[in-house]
Amino acid sequence: MTSTSIDFLLWVRGPGFAAAVVIFLVGMVWRLIEIFSLGRKPDLSLPRERGGASGMHTVFRRFLFPPGMLRRGPVAYLGGYIFHVGFGIVLLFFIPHIEMARGVVGFGWPGLPTPFVDLVAVITMVTLVVMLVSRLTDPVKRFISTFEDYLVWALTVLPLLTGYLAYHHLLLPYRTMLALHILAAELLLVAMPFTKLIHFVTLFPARWFNGDLFGHKGVAS
Amino acid sequence: MSASLERGIAVFKEVLDAPIASFFASCVHCGLCAEACQFYVDTGDPKYTPIHKLEPLKRLWKQEYTLVGRIAAVLGLSRPISDAELAEWSELVYDSCTLCGRCSMVCPVGNDIAYMVRKMREGMAVAGHAPQGLVLSTTRTIESGSPMGVSLDTVKAQIRHQEKETGERIPLDQADVDYLVLLSSMEVVNYPEYLGAVAKIFKQAGVTWTLSSEGFEATNAGIQIGVSDLAREIVQRVVDAAEKLKVRGVVSPECGHAYMALRWEGPNLIGRPYNFEVVHIVELLDRLRAEGRLRTRGKSSTPLTFHDPCQLVRRGGVIDQPRSVLRLVAADFRDVADRGVMNWCCGGGGGVSANDRAEHLRLAAFRQKKEQLDAAGVSTLVTACANCRVVMEEALEAYHMEHVQVLGLTELVAEHLDTEEVAA
Repeated sequence: MTSTSIDFLLWVRGPGFAAAVVIFLVGMVWRLIEIFSLGRKPDLSLPRERGGASGMHTVFRRFLFPPGMLRRGPVAYLGGYIFHVGFGIVLLFFIPHIEMARGVVGFGWPGLPTPFVDLVAVITMVTLVVMLVSRLTDPVKRFISTFEDYLVWALTVLPLLTGYLAYHHLLLPYRTMLALHILAAELLLVAMPFTKLIHFVTLFPARWFNGDLFGHKGVAS
Repeated sequence: MSASLERGIAVFKEVLDAPIASFFASCVHCGLCAEACQFYVDTGDPKYTPIHKLEPLKRLWKQEYTLVGRIAAVLGLSRPISDAELAEWSELVYDSCTLCGRCSMVCPVGNDIAYMVRKMREGMAVAGHAPQGLVLSTTRTIESGSPMGVSLDTVKAQIRHQEKETGERIPLDQADVDYLVLLSSMEVVNYPEYLGAVAKIFKQAGVTWTLSSEGFEATNAGIQIGVSDLAREIVQRVVDAAEKLKVRGVVSPECGHAYMALRWEGPNLIGRPYNFEVVHIVELLDRLRAEGRLRTRGKSSTPLTFHDPCQLVRRGGVIDQPRSVLRLVAADFRDVADRGVMNWCCGGGGGVSANDRAEHLRLAAFRQKKEQLDAAGVSTLVTACANCRVVMEEALEAYHMEHVQVLGLTELVAEHLDTEEVAA
């Protein structure tokens, strides 16, 4: 059993990791070509200039809550912010993650105290559960949700959960749980180009196009 | 597959561009667009979630332009678009969307949903799934020059009537003037005073202008329905009239969609930029005000508020001008909370008012506007769009709020013109 778990760990750290990174990178390039090769017709109407109305302005402005909207969608806005920031903190500032990055890219950066990252992981997972409950109970979210929405939810929460269990030596032997954690992260990576997870990149051109379409008319969107 | 469905799908493929692909790829199904849409907010029915209105177009994009979608289609995991499905979606695309673009302002990933609904309508119309009311408006515009069947004779009769009423001359087909003034049928039929108001204001401000017997209608049902070639023909009439009369500019009437059609869509429809400018009447009034050429006397003391026409403000960029002009003549202007680019639609834009089967939805979607009026505590509503005006007047009646008066901004300005100074 021990040798099996070591083999598993070696695989996810070696060939599994390499395969996931390659699929992610090739997939992302492929998807972006799919999107941008569709092109765009030039707008022949005379543009109206107004300060604050441009593609770039909208890329940044959409990080804010539009007037009156926080009240109408508190779970989506606050939950969305908390889990994205929380996920980012755990991913980028957990010291073992930084050490792993140092092994791959050759450099590291300062981490955050582990108990703090641990707390952030718990908050992030609780937030994701709240968002799942909201997806299942809110009439709009329930209606528009597809299998992919639930799959992506699971793929997002699994690296957090397995990482938490591995760190606290819970449920399964540490090595097995660590291997599952790495596998979960790799599955997330592989899914990124081919699911709505791709929004982590495409939201920038999407916002830019929105801001440009509105900005052409002199509207700061 | 029927021939019309095949043609419709071909149009869907044609309208899919890089912005739409970025939008579809980015949607995370957060549901916030529904919270910005009055058709959802006022009915509580999740099928009116804006992004859901695009579902067939999104599936086609996946099937045609993404690797995973193509594989799914080959394996039979993704069903092809059918006539029955588009028939079901007709209500979502035409009845429950006024192209107001409020959802496009709030989407966290930046989807311009109104842009996509507008594009989707092009395929829907070709596939034969546009509502009958809108189809009739469009064919009437092509045949008679106006969506409501208003003929040149009707316009001439209103000219004579308004000349008598105001004592001002209303020029027809006069070349080498500053502006060609267009009308909307809604104005010719319901609010001909607009024409008299323009005559009085332009006289005082020293603006030379004319109407054209070859292009008097500004609205463009071809755009609302999504038939580009008819939309192009309707725009071309105005362009021909403007070029023939050698005017400096064309003045869009108090109609949001007419302005959008002429100012923003027109050059793209005819495939070249104009050699004249297009201004909305309120934009021009504000320019005259800033130049000191619009002199008013006295202000209305009636408490009033302003309804922002979506296509003029959020989708048109004429944002501050209506309020600057209104403040000239209104002493007790009470603004509402969701205003300017975040206004709520009257419920009847984007062709919804010409679509009989959408009547119940249009009236339901007025509730948001009613609440704004109640909150402002006023019984006078000023706007700058004849379509908004008619839609709101009808809705006010349905909501038993007949005491609320709806006014056009241009007429309000004309009522307060300082005519004595002109005489002096």
